[in-house]
Amino acid sequence: MSATTVAAFPLGPLDPERSELLLRVVEGLEPSTLQWLAGFAAGVAHERAANRGGLPATAPVPAARPEAAARLTIVYGSQTGNGKRIAERLGRAAETAGIAARVYSSVNYPLKDLPKERLLVVVVSTQGDGDPPDDARGFLEFLASRRAPRLDQLSYSVLALGDSSYPKFCETGKQVDERLATLGAKRLLDRVDCDVDYDTLATPWLDRVVTTARDNLGAVPQVATVTRLRAAPAAPLYSREQPFAAEVLANQRITARGATKDVRHVELALEGSGLTYTPGDALGVWHENPAPVVADVLEALRLDGAQDVEIDGQAKPLRAWLTASRELTRLTRPFLVQQAERSQDPALAAVLQPGHEQELRRTLKDLQVVDVLQRHRGEWDAKSFVQALRPLAPRLYSIASSPEAVGDEVHVTVAVVEYEHERQRRLGAASAYLAGLTGEAARARVFIEHNERFRLPADTARDVIMIGPGTGVAPFRGFVQHREAQGATGRNWLFFGARHFQSEFLYQAEWQEAVRKGVLSRLDVAFSRDRSTPRTYVQDRLRAAGKDVYAWLEGGAYLYVCGDAEQMAPDVQGALVDIVAEHGAKNRDAAEAYVRALADERRDLRDVY
Amino acid sequence: MTELSHVEKIKRESRHLRGTLVESLQEPITGSIREDDTVLIKFHGTYQQDDRDVREERRRQKLEPAYSFMIRTRLPGGVCTPQQWLQLDAIARRYGNGTLRVTTRQAFQFHGVVKTELKTTMQAINAALIDTIAACGDVNRNVLASANPVETRAHPVVADWAHKLSEHLLPRTRAYHEIWLDGEKVATTEESEPLYGETYLPRKFKTAIVVPPVNDVDVFAHDLGFIAIVENGELQGFNVTVGGGMGASHGDPETFPRLADVVGFIRPGQLLDVASSVLTTQRDFGNRAVRKRARLKYTIEDRGLAWFVAEVTRRQGFEFEPARPFAFTQQGDRFGWIEGYDGRWHLTLRIEAGRIADTERAKQLTGLRELAKVHRGDFRLTPNQNLTIANVDANSRAFVSALVVKYGLDRHERSTPVARDALACVALPTCGLAMAEAERYLPQLVRLVEERMAAHGLAGEPLVLRITGCPNGCARPYLAEVALVGKAPGRYNLFYGGDGRGGRLNALHLENVDEPTILSALDAAFGRYAQERTPGERFGDFAWRAGLVGGAAQAA
Ligand code: SRM
Ligand SMILES: Cc1cc2nc3c(=O)[nH]c(=O)nc-3n(C[C@H](O)[C@H](O)[C@H](O)COP(=O)(O)OP(=O)(O)OC[C@H]3O[C@@H](n4cnc5c(N)ncnc54)[C@H](O)[C@@H]3O)c2cc1C
Ligand SMILES: Cc1cc2nc3c(=O)[nH]c(=O)nc-3n(C[C@H](O)[C@H](O)[C@H](O)COP(=O)(O)O)c2cc1C
Ligand code: SF4
Repeated sequence: MSATTVAAFPLGPLDPERSELLLRVVEGLEPSTLQWLAGFAAGVAHERAANRGGLPATAPVPAARPEAAARLTIVYGSQTGNGKRIAERLGRAAETAGIAARVYSSVNYPLKDLPKERLLVVVVSTQGDGDPPDDARGFLEFLASRRAPRLDQLSYSVLALGDSSYPKFCETGKQVDERLATLGAKRLLDRVDCDVDYDTLATPWLDRVVTTARDNLGAVPQVATVTRLRAAPAAPLYSREQPFAAEVLANQRITARGATKDVRHVELALEGSGLTYTPGDALGVWHENPAPVVADVLEALRLDGAQDVEIDGQAKPLRAWLTASRELTRLTRPFLVQQAERSQDPALAAVLQPGHEQELRRTLKDLQVVDVLQRHRGEWDAKSFVQALRPLAPRLYSIASSPEAVGDEVHVTVAVVEYEHERQRRLGAASAYLAGLTGEAARARVFIEHNERFRLPADTARDVIMIGPGTGVAPFRGFVQHREAQGATGRNWLFFGARHFQSEFLYQAEWQEAVRKGVLSRLDVAFSRDRSTPRTYVQDRLRAAGKDVYAWLEGGAYLYVCGDAEQMAPDVQGALVDIVAEHGAKNRDAAEAYVRALADERRDLRDVY
Repeated sequence: MTELSHVEKIKRESRHLRGTLVESLQEPITGSIREDDTVLIKFHGTYQQDDRDVREERRRQKLEPAYSFMIRTRLPGGVCTPQQWLQLDAIARRYGNGTLRVTTRQAFQFHGVVKTELKTTMQAINAALIDTIAACGDVNRNVLASANPVETRAHPVVADWAHKLSEHLLPRTRAYHEIWLDGEKVATTEESEPLYGETYLPRKFKTAIVVPPVNDVDVFAHDLGFIAIVENGELQGFNVTVGGGMGASHGDPETFPRLADVVGFIRPGQLLDVASSVLTTQRDFGNRAVRKRARLKYTIEDRGLAWFVAEVTRRQGFEFEPARPFAFTQQGDRFGWIEGYDGRWHLTLRIEAGRIADTERAKQLTGLRELAKVHRGDFRLTPNQNLTIANVDANSRAFVSALVVKYGLDRHERSTPVARDALACVALPTCGLAMAEAERYLPQLVRLVEERMAAHGLAGEPLVLRITGCPNGCARPYLAEVALVGKAPGRYNLFYGGDGRGGRLNALHLENVDEPTILSALDAAFGRYAQERTPGERFGDFAWRAGLVGGAAQAA
């Protein structure tokens, strides 16, 4: 957001001219930078006051305080933007409360400041299988390393973001919390572990941080003059919390007869929403659980969906709760615990015992709520059941279009999750919901999830290598549209993979056209289930083209990987190392270093899920 | 000289039909081959097609058309051994769409072979000692010969000539072996096409040999024909026919079907010379500017028959003798068991529209596989999409008949003459030129026509009915008594007037009409025919006499 949206002249005490100057300074700055600026201004105010000795004798002697003292530092590690959002909210709240606060993404945080910090808040999510988000890797490595300083002067609090359907729930948050403690820091507040419905816990936590921080630091009045400026950048009209009801312009199956998957190309109208996006961003979708999913659960419970259920003063029919307000397809450990009690089924209880992490992992990964209800029967009353479930969380879909090409539309590519479980049809909630959004009146409640870590090179002369099997190809459709619109001079090389050439070559006709026009300089495809061609995956194609891949990288090419996090991403990573080792005549370590360097230079970017 | 057609350029620059086929086959992002290669690949016996049933659907799915390849074998006289049958059957099930298609030129077609399996399939076919060279393209196509192999002593001799002729007129390029069979590469300079030259023929060229009295090959429909003259069981020689052809284009009077002319009689030993002389004359004088006008029939129309015969005579270096008398009693096949001169037996089966498949109704593909496993004679594909189980010794007959019944291959026993003799071209969904249904519509059409006939007490009467999906005439419709020629989905031109012996072209009765109109027209025509026909008069003859076609109709 740009600061030109700031309040009218004159700015607070400033004369028009200085206001203007200030505006130019803050023009286009990231919120975190703005907040730093504010903190800086606050700091300056202090020193001047101190030097003039104009402060009441009773007041604490400013010079005596370490420079960073009066300041709350907020560091976030965030993959899909939730943590970032919370951190920035906290930053705003703190400032409004008159606390000097600076907000950093953990990649940008100057680690040398750590020993000087007095008050640190860390908001961090967990990714992969208990891994830190990409931007927090360095931060965690530093904390874990022997170089990490003693932090006896530090009070801190950790907000961990996670998803209890993963066995290593909020792992990264836990690690940060424990490591800071071992380094001698004191907990200002105990760590809070948020599930995907993070607002329910994050909001109260946020308030408590602000109040305790105020007590701890004491408000710094001067900052108030700056708050107006900071309060200014208006949050967009529509957001995750207030999604935009976008009209569904097209919902087209793009896999053919005989395909193993139903993949949809969905086009939505953002017209009038004020929502904007850049290729690389994701679209957030608030779905409803499809009717059959709800029906199966009700049947397994032998409960009447029509009965009213009241929770925190909100009363609506059970069916409504299950359709629009709760997760039915993703299991959580807490739910399993309750089901174990209600079913008194030792089999289920066993899974929850220490030492059975593998089974737990598999249960959470492979089963839905209904599966557990059927397998380990237990009595539920409507209210406790709804309370045992976690609130519905939106799903993200890589945006498959460029505004340059499609105007105020946004396109996504959705693989419909549909499979057999013990001869019963099971659906993925959001993907099946989206697949069902057809016809005139169809609308989807959406928001934009910006992803600064997955961007085309600003320098359009750079070459780009895109690796996106399956729906992982989605963002690259947007990339290629964008590069064409930009008239980018750099070359574009796409690696795509699927099971079947005939039926699952997503956007085949568009890619062929791009190749014909020369927009795609190269297109390598791998199909893994075609009788006529040996099983090949993108990493095999990558290896086969290793010589050229290495040459492109040497020439400064950017490399992008999108799609499956479990199998594909690591395999591609491995292939890259092999390629660098072979064609760069490097030993294993050197090759790995080379690939790591790519990531550090932000030339090896990933968006995997 | 006027500008050459694009195809001529492609041929000239193709280095004897190599083009960029190898590269095209390797291109991984498409199931199709490069446009120019689609012309060249025909010479190798295969056509690029796409499943037209899903064309629009796939466009919406942002997918390219469902490309696949049709492969056509070269099978002179339609002869095939049981061993070969088993191999082709396996290929159809492994690489094709699970069916074997018997064509109107006594060949097999495989449909639905994908590009990535095309080479393997070609190799498998060749492994069966059957090739596909020149099965398509601007060359001499599969040579037809009366199907019945040994009815008289003359028949095997004729079948043998068909074979010799086919070999004699084969292109000599090694491209086929290089591209499909990994034959080692030869420099195109060392290689020559003595007969065809660098640009082959202006257009396809078709040859047929027939042994009267059954005109099963529709001898007058081909560029070059040989009518065997047999006297007391011995082959004397052949009457030569030139300039036949069916193909036409809607609304283009410049194009039309044409019956071949009989130009004289030759001795068996002269057959190959005559063939090359006719072929090279067409090679040198055929129209290379306008493909629609490139067939031999137009060369003769444009320059005159006398000129043509003179030119051919000059080239072959001997005169034609006066044509010998001959007579045809029927077109189409003779079904059921027929005994050969040598006491062996031949069973001709009805294969509807030539499609051998396993369906709910009958497991014909399986049945013939079972039969091929035990059959000690051979198979003959007929020029009318049917199949002859040939050279069965007398004491195996019962066994064969039993198998045939078991697998529902006995339709010739159970169907009316109309159903038995009907022909339909492939058309949708594979044929790229189809304007309307043919093969898939045939069963319903036949039923409806049978009904109309029955309604007028004509059930069981013979009637040659043929349908094609477009005016190209692949099922030789213009020689039928009643023909439907596709014009648009569900709409056809309706023709009357073949003579039932393949000796007369029919004529347009109604243009661009739908099923109800066709049926009511037939209803009226059958009504009058039932009333007004003279004893033994065929419908095709009646149609002219009654003025349903010809002068009166045209005026009307
Ligand atoms: C399979 C067959 C019909 C059948 O149901 O049996 C057939 C099928 C096709 N014919 Fe034919 N023709 C077939 C016998 C004929 C005949 C009958 C004959 O040769 O006795 C004719 C009429 C005689 C003649 O040539 O005049 C015939 C005249 C054509 C023509 C028109 C040629 C012309 O001079 O105008 C075309 C179109 C073309 O060549 O441009 C054509 C083109 C085609 C193509 C290859 C369409 C194309 O060019 O893309 C059809 C493939 C359809 C498919 O999906 O399989 N086919 N075609 C016959 C294969 C014969 C063989 O084994 O070689
Ligand atoms: C940044 C990001 C970008 C993404 N981009 C895309 C994209 O472009 N396109 C896209 O299609 N998806 C994308 N996803 C994934 C998407 O967000 C959803 O996770 C996916 O659509 C499944 O959600 P669902 O609600 O349909 O299924 P859910 O209801 O969330 O899950 C179904 C449940 O079924 C169970 N299950 C058991 N067996 C299976 C099985 N064989 N397959 C699946 N589930 C099984 C699992 O427990 C699973 O939780 C992206 C995710 C992220 C984080
Ligand atoms: C690919 C992927 C893997 C994840 N793995 C875990 C995990 O192992 N443990 C966990 O608690 N949460 C996991 N999560 C859930 C995220 O931590 C959760 O969505 C969080 O809200 C993301 O916050 P962020 O947007 O700030 O990154 C995962 C999410 C994704 C998309
Ligand atoms: S007649 Fe026309 S529709 Fe029928 S197969 Fe021949 S070209 Fe195709």
